[in-house]
Amino acid sequence: MDVLTDNFSLYAEGFFGTVELTVYSSALALVLGFVMASFRVAPVGSFRVFGAVWVAVLRNTPLTLLFFAVMLGLPRFGLVLPFEVFAVLALGCYTSAFICEVLRSGINTVPRGQGEAARSLGMSFSQTLGAVVLPQAFRTVIPPIGSTLIALAKNSAIAGAFSVTELLGTYKTLSELGYNIVWTFVWIAVGYLIITLTISAIFHFLEKRWGVAR
Amino acid sequence: MAVVDPLIELRGVNKHYGALHVLQDVDLTVGRGEVVVVIGPSGSGKSTLCRAMNRLERVESGEIVIDGQPLPDEGKALARLRAEVGMVFQSFNLFAHKTVLANVSLAQIKVRKRKKEEADRRSRELLDRVGLAAHAEKYPAQLSGGQQQRVAIARALAMDPKALLFDEPTSALDPEMINEVLEVMQQLAREGMTMVVVTHEMGFARSAANRVVFMADGRIVEDRTPEEFFTTPRSERAKDFLSKILKH
Repeated sequence: MDVLTDNFSLYAEGFFGTVELTVYSSALALVLGFVMASFRVAPVGSFRVFGAVWVAVLRNTPLTLLFFAVMLGLPRFGLVLPFEVFAVLALGCYTSAFICEVLRSGINTVPRGQGEAARSLGMSFSQTLGAVVLPQAFRTVIPPIGSTLIALAKNSAIAGAFSVTELLGTYKTLSELGYNIVWTFVWIAVGYLIITLTISAIFHFLEKRWGVAR
Repeated sequence: MAVVDPLIELRGVNKHYGALHVLQDVDLTVGRGEVVVVIGPSGSGKSTLCRAMNRLERVESGEIVIDGQPLPDEGKALARLRAEVGMVFQSFNLFAHKTVLANVSLAQIKVRKRKKEEADRRSRELLDRVGLAAHAEKYPAQLSGGQQQRVAIARALAMDPKALLFDEPTSALDPEMINEVLEVMQQLAREGMTMVVVTHEMGFARSAANRVVFMADGRIVEDRTPEEFFTTPRSERAKDFLSKILKH
């Protein structure tokens, strides 16, 4: 217990660092995932190719490697940003590939006729997607999006290795101060649980509110 | 058949599904205000023909002209043209996540850019016309098949289309619900709506159609008035088809 009470501000700092990384990366991942999923079902061939390449590259790259590429690679092209921003970029882009595939599978659960009916009424591709297909896809993708974002919250730990303040990274300071390593990690785990269980609860609520009864 | 004022014209239309040649040099002209019923055995290409008319199916060669305009490629111009040609599907395809009223209003708002109140007013008029004003706030899944199909007709009418395409509108319905849909279609035909109807309802073809188009193996075999077609079919293929369906 001492570990927590003695170092509460350190834990809190790490905790909110992880929360911040999770929230910003999730937002980026959802927006990018949405755009890429739209690309992957677009009537224009080059958009589909772009979406497919995006998913193939990001989904199949180890996240640590991606962090290295962003943190060390982008500055070489003159793009120098705070490490936190780089971390959000890496996490957000990486997760967007998974979000994209989740959304796309959701889109595929919507019967073809729904899109055909919308198009036969003169609705454009984006109107059809936005007003007819995605709202129905959204209901089926709530649970898997929740899982993906929970994975993102835990993946954010990698950012700690790149001197971004986050929860897991606090153990370094604490072990240097000579605290019991087991209890240090127990409280870190509790911190992650608070975050992931909150995400679970949010998505449970969304599912209750919007999910389809079958 | 000579048509005075053509609204839909197909010239030399061809389409394959893999090795299957579903539309073989199809020529068809539908005049303004005409009701053309397309019949034929399954797999004869009649649904494909119907869907090609608003390019839900793309064709490989030939020309499709709607009201003087050739069907453009996928894009804004095609969307504009589709708004002028309503379509009613075999499986209704009502938007499952929207109420009946919202189903009829959606495209009016998105495509015709009407105000929501104006669109809803028009939708209620049309729902009243198909006898479903009381169900405006329900979701499609709460309606019977016949009711859903009548909503789908109202939804197509809401765009004030120049023509309506019906792709087997009663084939997915229980027998007792077929008539309520056919009655709505009969009424539209009487009011002078241009209609292309793919159907197996011979009664409707006899009573409402100006012309019957008989298709077999991707070709139009006969194109005549219902009276002539049903009493004295010329082709063996049509005679065979009619003998099979009119036996009972």
